[in-house]
Amino acid sequence: MSQQLLRVKDLQVEFKSGSITNKAVNGVSFDLDANESIGIVGESGSGKSVTATSILRLIPNPPGKITGGDIYFKGNNLLEMSNNDIRKVRGNEISMIFQDPSTSLNPVFKVGNQLMESIRTHQNVSKKEAKKKAIEMLELVGIPAPEKRMNMYPHEFSGGMRQRVMIAIALSCNPELLIADEPTTALDVTVQAQILNLMKDLQARLQMSIIMITHDLGVVWETCDKMIVMYAGRVVESGEVKAIYQNPLHPYTWGLLDSQITESQESTEALSAIPGSPPDLSYEIKGCPFADRCPYAQAICYETTPELAEPYQGHAVACHFQTTEQQLERREDAYVDGSTSRS
Amino acid sequence: MRGFLFKRIIQLIPTLFIVAVIVFFITRMLPGNPAAVMLGPQASAEDIAAYSDKLGLNDPMYQQFFDYLLNLVTLDFGNSLSYNQPIVDLIMERFPNTILLAVSALILAVIVGVPAGIIAARKQNTLIDYSVTTLSLIGVSMPIFWLGVMLVLYFSVNLGWLPATGMGSLEDGFWDFISHLILPSIALATIPTSQFARIIRSSMLETISQDYVKTARSKGLKEFMVINKHAFKNALTPLITVMGLQFSALLGGAVLTETIFSWPGMGLLIIDAIEKRDFVVVQSTVIFVAVIYVVINLIVDILYKVVNPKVNLDSNNGGGK
Amino acid sequence: MMSMEQVEQARELQYQKAKKEQSFRRKLLRNRFAALGLFVILLLIVTAILAPVIATHAPNDMDVTKTLLGPGQKGHLLGTDSYGRDIFSRIVYGSRISLIVGIAAVVFGAVFGSLLGLVAGYFGGKIDAIIMRFMDGMMAFPFILLAITLMTVLGQGLVNVIIAIGVSNIPGFSRVVRGQVLNVKEAEYIEVTRSLGAKHGRIIFKHIVPNSIAPLIVYATMGIAGAIISEASLSFLGLGVQPPTASWGSMLQEGKDFLVLSPELATFSGLAILITVLGINLFGDGLRDALDPKMKL
Repeated sequence: MSQQLLRVKDLQVEFKSGSITNKAVNGVSFDLDANESIGIVGESGSGKSVTATSILRLIPNPPGKITGGDIYFKGNNLLEMSNNDIRKVRGNEISMIFQDPSTSLNPVFKVGNQLMESIRTHQNVSKKEAKKKAIEMLELVGIPAPEKRMNMYPHEFSGGMRQRVMIAIALSCNPELLIADEPTTALDVTVQAQILNLMKDLQARLQMSIIMITHDLGVVWETCDKMIVMYAGRVVESGEVKAIYQNPLHPYTWGLLDSQITESQESTEALSAIPGSPPDLSYEIKGCPFADRCPYAQAICYETTPELAEPYQGHAVACHFQTTEQQLERREDAYVDGSTSRS
Repeated sequence: MRGFLFKRIIQLIPTLFIVAVIVFFITRMLPGNPAAVMLGPQASAEDIAAYSDKLGLNDPMYQQFFDYLLNLVTLDFGNSLSYNQPIVDLIMERFPNTILLAVSALILAVIVGVPAGIIAARKQNTLIDYSVTTLSLIGVSMPIFWLGVMLVLYFSVNLGWLPATGMGSLEDGFWDFISHLILPSIALATIPTSQFARIIRSSMLETISQDYVKTARSKGLKEFMVINKHAFKNALTPLITVMGLQFSALLGGAVLTETIFSWPGMGLLIIDAIEKRDFVVVQSTVIFVAVIYVVINLIVDILYKVVNPKVNLDSNNGGGK
Repeated sequence: MMSMEQVEQARELQYQKAKKEQSFRRKLLRNRFAALGLFVILLLIVTAILAPVIATHAPNDMDVTKTLLGPGQKGHLLGTDSYGRDIFSRIVYGSRISLIVGIAAVVFGAVFGSLLGLVAGYFGGKIDAIIMRFMDGMMAFPFILLAITLMTVLGQGLVNVIIAIGVSNIPGFSRVVRGQVLNVKEAEYIEVTRSLGAKHGRIIFKHIVPNSIAPLIVYATMGIAGAIISEASLSFLGLGVQPPTASWGSMLQEGKDFLVLSPELATFSGLAILITVLGINLFGDGLRDALDPKMKL
């Protein structure tokens, strides 16, 4: 096993709006080794993006605030770094790419400018060297005629090409970790596969770790080594991708799997098939956060919050009925109609 | 770009033509014989008749209009009776002074209003923000001629720090030049400063929350660069629109400011000429100002293209106003 | 122990309460300024109507023995001007001019401007091009300069001031209304109505006019503030209402010549303009936010 690169421990993030406080992330923990990739899966509002954004402390504050936990990167706590030090990590050792490449590139600067800016922020190189490096990067991500493209504005690129530019910017300083926040969601289906393949290819070539935020389990199956499933700001299941693929344990994960099958590929709201909606995070949730929507819920689920436990080595789940002693029987029709048992 | 420029310049022609038509008809609305009005009550009947002839008032209307247009195109505004010199010279003498005042005010407005707006947006809902918002609201409501009078009252009459009227000359030293410029510039800059602060505040609030600003932060840029490069340049587009509008408003506002401070610009010339009943001067100066205004609007359109590459100027409207 | 339903209800209640509190507070904050503006406007209207009751002296009564008195002297609240006229009373009566010109000029501009904008936007094509080119031409003059030029020709007087400022207001209104008409015309229900064979007049008054009202009201409110400033400017330049009629602008002009002896005249007449315009702008801002926060005027 290679050395540990990132360790997120009991992360807590809150969003305040007036007198309302949303506990967007509530005690998330996970580890990531060098050259490893992890997928964070969940519906929108599950806290997966907030978790990822918190790593580089890019949560807009106000209203957001990291209220607890630690994030160790190569042994240093990112949450305790000075603003100046975390800046040196951003875009240099840890990079991020975002969901919508049409809004995440600045429309009024040339692509070359935005690439070189990143390079020159972290590397003490001349303009000419930065330009050379920038062209190399564009070439690396598969943009044809990179020299010409340098002088073009983002709106002159297609969606897929823009995401390639974003990747080029993110990788320009050879980061050890790339955080990809739904990198393919806003793209056409055909382009999605291209971008994923590119990322996989680059990961192998550049020896980096990836955190892949997505609501699309298919993306995780294809690109990740391990994964965590998030619900209502908590981790409900985590483990090796293979293990979860073969034997998913949490009823929520089952729901995700079912909805993935029933929904057509083009739909962006692929996860909406689980009846009901996630709980409001602005007040204390008693019991299991998924209980309201869980077809298997029983009295205890409304009383006690289940802890994350490991019924199998390296495969954890937060459910009262998925322990080493007892297991639920998965029903095929559990999510078919609105029959979430509530008695 | 060249095609766009050509197109926009061609589009100016009908606008300028209509400007000329409007001024022609307004001046022809003048009750009584303009020659008689201009020569004053002491003038003899022969004088009036002779002057009417000279002004072409006895020609048929279409002839008058044609001559008038021809004179405009050849920049031949004729001679001023009361100033006893060619009107073109009169305007060209005053024009740089007005531009000096307007540009000073515009620079002042930019260096005060823009940072104020940026800071207010960065510190949203703090005391600084409330101060900027309140002051700028008072600023846009300001009768600048009153502000001008108050500035004179405090800084010239009471404190004696700055001259109340007139324009300094560089020959009398730099301070003489600057000191005369300060009060009129402040008076004239008040409204644009407030407008800029308001528009920059609201557009910065919009851009600060955009994805590309998050990207800029995620690249590890310094906060100063994030705000002043990435957010600010996107907030510039609305500023340029307002700037164009404000600059032309400055030309109008200059009439009042120049009157208060006896600043020898075109505004004072117009008011002076009205008092002297020299309508030919009024008419020529007004047309001149209108032409300048139209040209400024064209420049604003071009600036758009420079600032915002997304604006497609080859399409019809260019997003000018 | 509470049942699930009770827990649920409690949560819901707590949530609703917090949400309501928040939006209420936000509204209150926004409305506080608008309310202040409305208060100023009402004060102006009451002052204008009740001027004879509020004023302590007749506004045009001259008294050569009491010229340029300071505030409070010999029963003159804000002192007297160079003709011995009571400044306070003249400011009170001046509100009438501001209010009349402000409203009348905007109504003038709104009626003609809206009509032109409506015709241009609705019929489009050549009519649109001709009207809007003409409006462009009018807009090529700085607002106040157009009014000045018109006043030069028309001569001093209240009605002429209204006409001059009103005419200068026409292009602005025509643009706002034309823009709205074009927006509404795009809407589907107009297509449907038209395909049903409705007449022009019916379409205009049933669909387009109601939809153009909101931006028109906001624009007109701001326009009144602008017209009041314009009137004061014209009077300040000696091109406004005829003396001895009390107008804040002409008082300011007189005050300018007596800055040393009597700064009150200039100070208070200008302050009256500022407060009035500020009040109207505050109200207009609030109105725009309330009607449509996205409206760009």
